[in-house]
Amino acid sequence: MDYLVAFLVGGTICAIGQVLLDTSKLSPPHMLVAFVVAGAILSGLGVYDKLVDFAGAGALIPVSGFGHSIARGSLMEAERLGVLGLFTGALEFTGLGITTAVFFGALIALVANPKP
Amino acid sequence: MASPGAKKQKADERAKYQRLAASIVPKPPLVRNMVVAFVVGGLICTVGQGVINAFMSRGMTQDEATAPTLATMILIGSVLTGLSAYHHIGEFAGAGAAIPITGFANTIVAAAMDFKREGYILGMGAKMFIIAGPVLVYGILSGVLVALIRWLYRG
Repeated sequence: MDYLVAFLVGGTICAIGQVLLDTSKLSPPHMLVAFVVAGAILSGLGVYDKLVDFAGAGALIPVSGFGHSIARGSLMEAERLGVLGLFTGALEFTGLGITTAVFFGALIALVANPKP
Repeated sequence: MASPGAKKQKADERAKYQRLAASIVPKPPLVRNMVVAFVVGGLICTVGQGVINAFMSRGMTQDEATAPTLATMILIGSVLTGLSAYHHIGEFAGAGAAIPITGFANTIVAAAMDFKREGYILGMGAKMFIIAGPVLVYGILSGVLVALIRWLYRG
């Protein structure tokens, strides 16, 4: 059941992005920025937490979930540590992923070449 | 010096040309693109759900499982990019491949591979975040601002 909900919600978020790309003048990087900011704002409104509870990976894996994870980590640590937590918490959930991307991304790029 | 009449005629011609060009340039197949983005994006999220469930079955809460799940999906996206496979998924599925976090990893690794030819420091090192950078900048900017507002509002 959780797989089906993740599929439906994650698919819907991606479909919305595709419609935006096809019907507006947004380039893909602009669209990604719009989604990450939208995720952070919806997180601040308490909406995205409910979507994550409902859809799990369907809400967390799209880039809007990345914005939500930054806002959520920042708020969580702010409640624990005060102002400093706002900044240490931003990468609480996403830092592992960013380091993974940089570390393995660089290693892979050193050995692999783009196909012509 | 062109007379106002000639200028107007030129503008008219340009408008006519643009209308003609717009009628010839193929419109994107909206429904096909949307369905493919839905199915491929949905499938990637389903894989992500499998990863979350695997971490949660080891006793993690969903919160604790979030970071390792994102990292696992990023690793998968990075490896598929290194194998030049993600590129094909992206061409086929558009936003369905770009929006999931695997697409975020893809933009980093693909840029690192592409810009390696411009050097290891100023090419690969500097430009691997050419697309992912804005996502991080505006994600952190909006995320911290949102958290600040909510924190002040509660406190």
